[in-house]
Amino acid sequence: MRIGVFVCWCGSNIGGVVDVPRVAARAAHLPYVAHSVDYKYTCSEPGQNMIVDAIQKHNLDRVVVASCSPRLHETTFRKTIARAGLNPYLLEMVNIREQCSWVHSKEPDQATAKAIDLVRMAVAKAARLEPLSEGSITVTKKAMVIGGGIAGIQAALDIADAGHKVILVEREPTIGGKMVMLDKTFPTLDCSACISTPKMVAVAQHPNIELLTYAEVTEVSGYIGNFSVTVKQKARYVDHSRCTGCGTCWEKCPQKVSSEFNQHIGIRKAIYIPFPQAVPNKPCIDAANCRRLNGKKCGVCAKVCAAGAINYEQQDEYRQVKVGAIVMATGYDLFDWTQAYGEYGYGKIPNIITGLQFERLVNASGPTGGKITRPSDGKEPQNVVFIKCVGSRDEAKGKAYCSRACCMYTAKHAHQVLEKIPGSRVFVFYMDVRAPGKAYEEFYQRTVNEGARYIRGRVSKISRKGDKLLVKGADTLLGCQVEIEADLVVLATAMVPSRGSREIARTVGFTVDQDGFFQEAHPKLRPVETNTAGIFLAGVCQGPKDIPDTVAQASAAAVKVCALLYKQEIATNPMIAEVNESKCQGCLLCRDVCPFQAIETKTIPNNAHDQAKTQTVAHVNSGLCQGCGCCTSSCRSGAINLKGFSNEQIVSAIKACLCEDNFAELVRKVRKR
Amino acid sequence: MSVAFNLTNSLKDNFGFINNVSKESGQPVEQCYQCGKCTAGCPVAFAMDYPPHRVLRMVQLGLKENVLRSQAIWLCAGCSTCTSRCPRNVDLAQVMDCLRSLAKREGVPLDDRARDVSLFYDCFLNTVEDNGKLYELGMMLNYNLKTRQLFKNANTGLAMLTRNKIKFLPAKTKNRRDVAMIFQRVRELEGKAR
Repeated sequence: MRIGVFVCWCGSNIGGVVDVPRVAARAAHLPYVAHSVDYKYTCSEPGQNMIVDAIQKHNLDRVVVASCSPRLHETTFRKTIARAGLNPYLLEMVNIREQCSWVHSKEPDQATAKAIDLVRMAVAKAARLEPLSEGSITVTKKAMVIGGGIAGIQAALDIADAGHKVILVEREPTIGGKMVMLDKTFPTLDCSACISTPKMVAVAQHPNIELLTYAEVTEVSGYIGNFSVTVKQKARYVDHSRCTGCGTCWEKCPQKVSSEFNQHIGIRKAIYIPFPQAVPNKPCIDAANCRRLNGKKCGVCAKVCAAGAINYEQQDEYRQVKVGAIVMATGYDLFDWTQAYGEYGYGKIPNIITGLQFERLVNASGPTGGKITRPSDGKEPQNVVFIKCVGSRDEAKGKAYCSRACCMYTAKHAHQVLEKIPGSRVFVFYMDVRAPGKAYEEFYQRTVNEGARYIRGRVSKISRKGDKLLVKGADTLLGCQVEIEADLVVLATAMVPSRGSREIARTVGFTVDQDGFFQEAHPKLRPVETNTAGIFLAGVCQGPKDIPDTVAQASAAAVKVCALLYKQEIATNPMIAEVNESKCQGCLLCRDVCPFQAIETKTIPNNAHDQAKTQTVAHVNSGLCQGCGCCTSSCRSGAINLKGFSNEQIVSAIKACLCEDNFAELVRKVRKR
Repeated sequence: MSVAFNLTNSLKDNFGFINNVSKESGQPVEQCYQCGKCTAGCPVAFAMDYPPHRVLRMVQLGLKENVLRSQAIWLCAGCSTCTSRCPRNVDLAQVMDCLRSLAKREGVPLDDRARDVSLFYDCFLNTVEDNGKLYELGMMLNYNLKTRQLFKNANTGLAMLTRNKIKFLPAKTKNRRDVAMIFQRVRELEGKAR
């Protein structure tokens, strides 16, 4: 056995705190160590070549790299030692950056001592490493995209254009999401519907895309390449194969309901399409509000439907589909300011609206036909106040984060007011103006030049004054309080994860961050992947962003999906659990603790005492096992071992940690306490 | 500015003032994004009641009364450091000049140092109008009389006189009539501007 130890400086990241040469010198005296050196940047090309050369020159058969987290470079170094002809799993990494230099930057001596301990443990473990080989699983060549906003649409189109089958699942009756509600998009002032509705139509017509609207994902099982997804098709009470979308039913329906698509400014019917360009352009019945479905006498829609498409008996349907990859694109909702901002009237004062409501007001296809009016009396406002950061950057009431798009859409709203209402005055209360995009700052300056008054400060109170709103705030540049008699106040409310996003994350099986946004695998280097293999992220579900960033991320996710679906089969992680059947008692405690449902049962012959009998033992499904180790630690008879982290390997590392002199010191410390 | 300032009224009533300042100074005051570089480099900002960037902010929001009565616009030395450093190409020295001119024309009552500076300007222009060029002794005596501090800087004046740095009697230019015509023309123009 000949072990090589390579201790990395990581520039000054490790070398600035830990005495790296000393760690390497100490490691040289450990059992089995044949070669021990330190190096500035071990992950660099010359660093990797140094390892390859050392393996060949010193005839090494195990390698220990003491550097950063294995999550960053374990794959890198596995490939490196494979180049030198070693089995890639004969590598052991020691994280002396996150676990030594970064957390103990004020105590360099102790950090060095800890690094030496960790290296000793790794060497002891490395001496017991076994070569492992990867298996392979086949890939189902179909993807699922969950969420039909612009992120989901873009991802689905890109995957479908690359030649793969896609299922797009949307819980609303139409795709389009929030983007199709908008009037114009900054900074180019493109008509939002004009650029998003053609994409919606493209989705509906694409031969590779199967569109499931008014449907929800209820269950996901399986693993990368082989997911099994249960989709609930909610009852529409309209047979879309018969419906022609003529529109008679929603014209005649007597039940009026507040329109969600119009942000509750305006109404729809109980049988409805959300907006005229909806895809699919066929109605569904809102069961909660339909008179007939709530036991009252009605049935008007069924009477007027010439195609006989109305079916009040329709039930929710469940179907199961197999896919190889899943893209999450569940988008956002707006922060509910009415629950948090008492100083703005808790939503009880009229004419205080959200940015999305303003979009519907200013939209030519909106409830006012594009005329900006006050919701209370339909008058055209003269003085309009915009308040930014409502819920964003406000830990006391809302969220700590910046919602990223508000500065720009508020600038656009201000521009639209000044453009549509001659002689109007616009005031924008802001804390900072964040315009970090191509042509964004220029757009903001254009709005300022058009006459929007930007006032640096927050609004502390909005109250009624006659039929106007008295807005009290501060101009911190002027250093005094200011007040404005406004006709309309528009709040730039924070983006929050869409309702039900935590539940869908749990269903699909990945983690969310502290704000409920979906957690990416790495904030910089793996921004569209989750920690669960085969599940990708697109759009605001991962964190607030504007349309250009959303579309870019959706395309990035699509590329990741395509890279996966192009493969016939993918390599599996060999570091999974393994059952020693001769030790297994068949108690199946492991099956209860496994978070991935990877433990199955198996019947084997048991010929003890010369009696031909059978016995039930645990068996690990290598496709499902993620190598978490829960089963190993729960097994009473020590029959399950995790390859690469076997009991023997772990125990030898612990023994090395508690070697005699260390052990004595530990006992002394414990006694002192 | 201790009570809350009503911006709706201010912009309604003083819209003309904001436009006037922009037009007369030829400066796009709405362009200013309040970075404060003018204040940072101003050599007299320490003595001002409002720092230069705030003077511009007050113009932007139409705080006419406050800005025209401020000491700051009179204390500005017109060195143009602000102008040369402004990232938004606003010639703030020009705006200050314009504000002084407006304050004069509107007959804004001045006090303290603003009054003195304004008086100094008047005295200077009077002697130029009378003599076609500067008559230092006359100007200073006039200024001292009007500010009621007769012997202010008398020592310096005496020293300069004995060293022949300033003249006892005014030296008049040949083209006094031309200079007088310039003054007359300016008065006509200002009359129109009014």
